Amino acid sequence: MGMAPYPAASMARSEDLLCRTSKGLCCRPAGVHIDPTRPVERALITHGHSDHARAGHGRVLATPETLAIMTARYGENFAGAVQPLEYGEVIDLGSGVQASLHPAGHVLGSAHVLLEWHGFRAVVSGDYKRERDPTCTAFTPVRCNLFVTEATFGLPVFRHPPAEQEIATLLDSVALFPERAHLVGAYALGKAQRLMGLLREAGYEAPIFVHGAMLALTELYQAHGVELGDIQPLGTRSRKDFAGAIVICPPSALRDLWARKFPDPVTAAASGWMRVRARARQIGVELPLVISDHADWTDLGSTILETGAEEVWVTHGAEEALVHWCIAQGLDAQPLHLVGYGDEEGIEALETVDEASP
Amino acid sequence: MNRFAHLLDRLSYEPRRNAKIRLMADYFREVPDPERGWALAALTGALSFRHAKPNVIRTLIAERTDPVLFGLSWDYVGDLAETVALMWPVERRVNSVPPLSEIVAGLHESGKIDLPGRLAGWLDALDETGRWALLKLITGALRIGASARLAKTAVASLGGLEPNEIELVWHGLAPPYEELFAWVEGRGPRPENIDPAPFRPPMLATALEDTADWREALDPNDFSAEWKWDGIRVQAAAGRDEGGRLVARLHSRTGEDVSGAFPDLLEAIDFEGAIDGELLILRDGRVQSFNVLQQRLNRKSITPKLTAEFPAHIRAYDLLVEGTEDLRDLPFAERRKRLEAFIARLDNLRIDLSPQIPFTTWEELAAARSDPAAGGAGVDAEAVEGVMLKRDDSPYMPGRPKGLWFKWKRDPFNVDAVLMYAQRGSGKRSSFYSDYTFGVWIEGENGRELVPVGKAYFGFTDEELQQIDRFVRKNTINRFGPVREVVHEPEAGLVLEIAFEGLNRSTRHKSGVAMRFPRIARIRWDKPPGEADRIEHLEALLRAT
Repeated sequence: MGMAPYPAASMARSEDLLCRTSKGLCCRPAGVHIDPTRPVERALITHGHSDHARAGHGRVLATPETLAIMTARYGENFAGAVQPLEYGEVIDLGSGVQASLHPAGHVLGSAHVLLEWHGFRAVVSGDYKRERDPTCTAFTPVRCNLFVTEATFGLPVFRHPPAEQEIATLLDSVALFPERAHLVGAYALGKAQRLMGLLREAGYEAPIFVHGAMLALTELYQAHGVELGDIQPLGTRSRKDFAGAIVICPPSALRDLWARKFPDPVTAAASGWMRVRARARQIGVELPLVISDHADWTDLGSTILETGAEEVWVTHGAEEALVHWCIAQGLDAQPLHLVGYGDEEGIEALETVDEASP
Repeated sequence: MNRFAHLLDRLSYEPRRNAKIRLMADYFREVPDPERGWALAALTGALSFRHAKPNVIRTLIAERTDPVLFGLSWDYVGDLAETVALMWPVERRVNSVPPLSEIVAGLHESGKIDLPGRLAGWLDALDETGRWALLKLITGALRIGASARLAKTAVASLGGLEPNEIELVWHGLAPPYEELFAWVEGRGPRPENIDPAPFRPPMLATALEDTADWREALDPNDFSAEWKWDGIRVQAAAGRDEGGRLVARLHSRTGEDVSGAFPDLLEAIDFEGAIDGELLILRDGRVQSFNVLQQRLNRKSITPKLTAEFPAHIRAYDLLVEGTEDLRDLPFAERRKRLEAFIARLDNLRIDLSPQIPFTTWEELAAARSDPAAGGAGVDAEAVEGVMLKRDDSPYMPGRPKGLWFKWKRDPFNVDAVLMYAQRGSGKRSSFYSDYTFGVWIEGENGRELVPVGKAYFGFTDEELQQIDRFVRKNTINRFGPVREVVHEPEAGLVLEIAFEGLNRSTRHKSGVAMRFPRIARIRWDKPPGEADRIEHLEALLRAT
């Protein structure tokens, strides 16, 4: 990427600006936690996924879309007070720290956080992806001294294929088995709507059916102007009527009695984990679709270089491998071992797909 | 190659047997010779390459990736072929993808020197799925949940044949099986089975307990009984080739030619015909335990010392062919008479008759089964695994036909043991802790402690696997590479009820005992580890057997 590291001004040090507490990552001078895992006085939320956006904080700062998602999930009173912050808008957090949010391309309203303090710039990524997504604003790289990155797919075996190719696989299967319903397990926030958007782009015009659990969030996307076409709940129709249809549901529903009522369903799931065969088989998936809302190995590396940061902290996922790679690039890198952002180990495959890693 | 890779990919995710057959049949219908024949060879495990081995793959990937990142990835994915397929650098992508037949020919022809370069060239040309399929071919085990039998069933379905009709001609065929496809599709004659000592698919029994109310449903007068010996089921076949020379072969239950491992026994197959029997080790006329037999298995070099120390023997159950006469359609009672006369005429020290168990009621048979020594097996009782029931009128049918042959195993032994260590499994279980080392209590120098007595990696359902795996992760006290030490104290830990088939003294194990065929019968969430069994319990079983 050939860019020079962003010049570090003054004597400010990373550890003075950001530290780990029992509740997550904290901006020390301002007393603001980012995506805290337990209730805190002041919280900055990167995006609406439940492991990052929890209820019960005193004051919450986030994009208007993220606040709307939190309201839809937790109700009006999920925090003492809320303050919307548009992408690019700068806010003074106090003690000389200025914060702004920038598109992370992960889900609707997702952001990475830029903290500026005495000329020192730190970016906390939350979760992000570089691949195109018709349902949210694309990632904008932000130059910084310290980059705090996720590493959900931080192993070189994770190279996501183009999502369009995976959508074509799904549509081929629908054409091949017109007598069977295609059940696609996908996380209710973000992944489900991205699938809908991609299917529409691929020219699929039939109604797309959704499990009741994802209806509210899908309507929220539509209310924010995201075009998803004809989306319908299953309603009271007989399951036999879904022959040839695409039904999107939470991954956990694939193994429920709910799924067995469909006529000879094809079980699909959309997740970056589907790249690994054992993972797909563990949850009984016949049609794995490698579609992820996280950066893959290649994009993690290129994003790190693009920020120009000379120091990298890795929050959650396969920290060890990404830290090793950073050090090999001559960067100062360390794992943060943050807990509470999804167990990346095998046994929680289903929960992982379902909850932590859309 | 892409079409074949696509087939393997679909098969690996397809859980339904009939759908797998359909996928394979579609492939065989659409893909021409010889491509489909090489695919059939791969699916039936008929391919092996002299130089293309896993270590070639490891060398290639080591030249292209960071060893630390490769190690972490392999640990995560759990499968060498898949890890390399996913990590292979794709910068040098080329346009043409070679067909499977060309790759197979290349793998056969290439010498040690030029193989890595050719392999790398193919890997550059293929996508993830193609690379995975190619590497699976080289690492041997496809592990896609489709057996050789299923592939033959798919071939048979092309021409509306029974799978066994394929089995009958299979042994005389070689890849790419053009004459087989021609016959199945009605374009050619049935292939001549030129093998004078072919494998004949064995007849197998169902578990008696699987038949509801069998004591009422089955009439003892319709059946004969004999011991089920704890050895290896084999078929000794011999016949004359076109030149009149005798060709003898020893086949395993699955049709593998195991003659090379038993030269001493092969010498004894000096008759024309085919005997179905059990391979056992006999010393001074006495059958040795499976544990002894196992010491002879899997040895790379078969020395005279080995064959003298572990003399192999066949205990005959059935006669399939006498001279050139196929007896398989005769009723069992008839074949048994022919077998008795045949064995008597052979007068061969290495081949004897498996005796029948006289009985008139199920109670009498049950008594013999629970005490084989008194029931007629005498000093050989230790090698009895149970009893076999065969309908007197049953023809010899390949496979596991219902209602003709039954196995009635002796009750396995049980012990309550404490989980001590867990290790990650491989393949489908690569991300689960699925191999368990367990122990029982022993009085040590510092008081009561646990001593490992065995290792089990099956017997549980998928759901139980997840439960144990979760327990392991939450109760790990130490890590040694892929192994986790799990808490095992009188008040904290997990008790596993272990079932096993037998027990032997062992100097290799600290506990002094070795279990045969241990498996997890039940998870005793209810039982505190302090109440698990003591080593004395196993020692008592050892004395009793």
